[in-house]
Amino acid sequence: MIPGYGGNILRIDLTGKKASASPVPEQWKREYLGGRGFIARAFWDEIKPGTDPLGPENKVLMAPGPYTGQFLSSSGKLHMGALSPATGGYGDSNMGGHFSLELKQAGIDLLILEGAAETPVTVVIEDGKVTYRDASAYWNETTFETETRLKQELGEAWQIMVIGPAAANGVVFACIQHDFGRQAGRTGVGTVMASKKVKAVAVKGTKDVKLHDARRTLAAGEKMMDQVMKQPGFTAWQPYGTPEVVPWASSQGVMPTRNFQTGVIEGFQNLDGPTMKAKVTEIDKGCTSCAIPCGKWGKGVLNGKEKPQEGPEYESIALLGSNLGITDIQAVAYLNGVCDELGLDSISAGNVVAWSMECYEKGFLSEEELGRPMRFGDAEAAVAMFHDIAYGRGFGRILGQGVRAAATHVGLGTERFAMHVKGLEISGYEARYAPAMMLSYLTCDIGGNHSRSWAVTFDVATGRENFDGKAERVIWLQHVRPLFDALGCCRFPWVEAGLDPESYVGFIEPITGMSFTWDELLKVSERVWNLTRMISCRHIPGFGRAFDNPPPRWVEEGQETGPTAGKHFTREQVDDLLNRYYKLRGWTEDGIPTPGKLEELGLGFCAEAACK
Amino acid sequence: MKLALAPDRCSGCRACELVCALDNWSALNPKKAALRVHGHFPTPGRYTVSICDQCGTCAEVCPTNAIQQNEHGAWLINGEDCIGCNICVQECPQGVMYLHDDNGMVPIKCTLCGKCMEFCPTGALYDADGTIPTRR
Repeated sequence: MIPGYGGNILRIDLTGKKASASPVPEQWKREYLGGRGFIARAFWDEIKPGTDPLGPENKVLMAPGPYTGQFLSSSGKLHMGALSPATGGYGDSNMGGHFSLELKQAGIDLLILEGAAETPVTVVIEDGKVTYRDASAYWNETTFETETRLKQELGEAWQIMVIGPAAANGVVFACIQHDFGRQAGRTGVGTVMASKKVKAVAVKGTKDVKLHDARRTLAAGEKMMDQVMKQPGFTAWQPYGTPEVVPWASSQGVMPTRNFQTGVIEGFQNLDGPTMKAKVTEIDKGCTSCAIPCGKWGKGVLNGKEKPQEGPEYESIALLGSNLGITDIQAVAYLNGVCDELGLDSISAGNVVAWSMECYEKGFLSEEELGRPMRFGDAEAAVAMFHDIAYGRGFGRILGQGVRAAATHVGLGTERFAMHVKGLEISGYEARYAPAMMLSYLTCDIGGNHSRSWAVTFDVATGRENFDGKAERVIWLQHVRPLFDALGCCRFPWVEAGLDPESYVGFIEPITGMSFTWDELLKVSERVWNLTRMISCRHIPGFGRAFDNPPPRWVEEGQETGPTAGKHFTREQVDDLLNRYYKLRGWTEDGIPTPGKLEELGLGFCAEAACK
Repeated sequence: MKLALAPDRCSGCRACELVCALDNWSALNPKKAALRVHGHFPTPGRYTVSICDQCGTCAEVCPTNAIQQNEHGAWLINGEDCIGCNICVQECPQGVMYLHDDNGMVPIKCTLCGKCMEFCPTGALYDADGTIPTRR
């Protein structure tokens, strides 16, 4: 058996309360590495066409990777996947913390939750042995309450993931929370977990994870930890984490403001890293083996009320701060704490509430319809609406189906400023005049998310108006960044601290005994990218170019203010960008991988499922 | 070399547990580490760390004198003399002697190898003698 892994696929059938283990195919390790790679590969086999995202036939998949839990900086990532109730297509998300190593030490490289329990349960996994606890009494509890309860019942050595009331009440952007503030936030993986009546998963593992060469793994880890802490970028990022981006994003006019009406907000300085450190942060809170860490723990404050919470990180500051017209970092932290305890993805929650505020201010929705005036800058109104969303009350029930569904429900042209791609709410970059970043959003395999390709700095460095080289850069990023998700570690030692990403090649042989070049690792990423595209082809009727469209706001209006005020690209220009991208990827003009491309990548098995 | 603790600096990353087990047991398995990081969330929102201060209580209570101090001040267990009575585990004032199935009856104990101090990214674990430089 190839070392560096837990060893098994653990399948838990919630309907019959049966668990079974089988070895991970060795070929998967070579072709997909782990983490996101295993998720995509298993997704194809496990989740069939015609599946209802909230039906028992959908599955929640979770996978660490070979680098998970290793003594190398920032190795705490767990990748999760499911058919997304937000988009109807391929969905995944990942979270940090300490759950992933624990799962691997329990002997698990891929956890499959399938079927659905009749009544709420907590799934307890101890070294691969599965038991179930009745969770009926706390099904609607907040995430913090349930994690606290289970830590008390099971003991602090257990690692626990939970869902909150948002998931229990069918909000399509509900997240899974772990370690009081680490979220698998996007695409509604928490909603799918709730559809299986699983309130929590607790895991404890005591086994060694076998290593090909432990001494050289240690030596490589020592060198890497040492290098990370000596990077110039480490010194800049370490004190603040991702809020370090706020002043830069604002100065470039790419920080979403008042539902993406513009890209800079007056008073953005009150949301930056030093302000957060002074007013919110109490301690650093790290994932497994993280030398940086970006996680900051502290208190949010709103009108004298306090809320302990982790963060906020940049995306939450953008979506719960500037995008709601709020520039008080303590209030943003409070909103972040509310989202976390309710189990709402702070990105989607901030996005849909911003849309409701614009609807109110422009007269599309009334105070009566919304339950209260929804004005930009009103943090109390946002808190109340987050609760309405999570508990399915009033207009909150509509917003809880996502901004695409809400805008379709309201109509009246509000679709024009519903800021999503493929049904997933756009995250923290106002990208209408940043072609590489816009292309990143349009082609991201889960919908409007930044994580697969964070290309906005490239736009600034090479010219906002310039299209040349942008598609190439996006494709490169879409292979490099998700590679970390397949390996099971965090990319911030590269992205934040400035470590050479190619240096990660050096761990694969000591850990697993497998040999890869950098280009071979990128080929794995390309394989996974094409596979996830085919998964959405298989599940979404008519999938193709039409699903890579920007929201109308981005091609019809210029930003109100900022360095690129008044500017936007046209639909024809965006089509040109997509044409360039599809051609470079070897896809058809409709954005579908060709049979030849699939064969080249060893994906011949999905060629027949090309979009109908 | 003297292992010391500034718990307010701990970020809970557990790099100390990983490097301890890897260096002493050649294993990816923090359950085999000779120290522990504990999270206390959501309140008070802090970490604490349990470490061995080489107090020697384990040696005092050992009925077979299986625990002897080396020239660096570390109390080390001689596995051949250990009868697995676990009295040292029970009596350890810091609660940092651990049993693991892979190691039979012999407890896991800090060897003062220094790896945790060398690689603690925050300086929460540090060398009070100053031999090993603190990261920050």
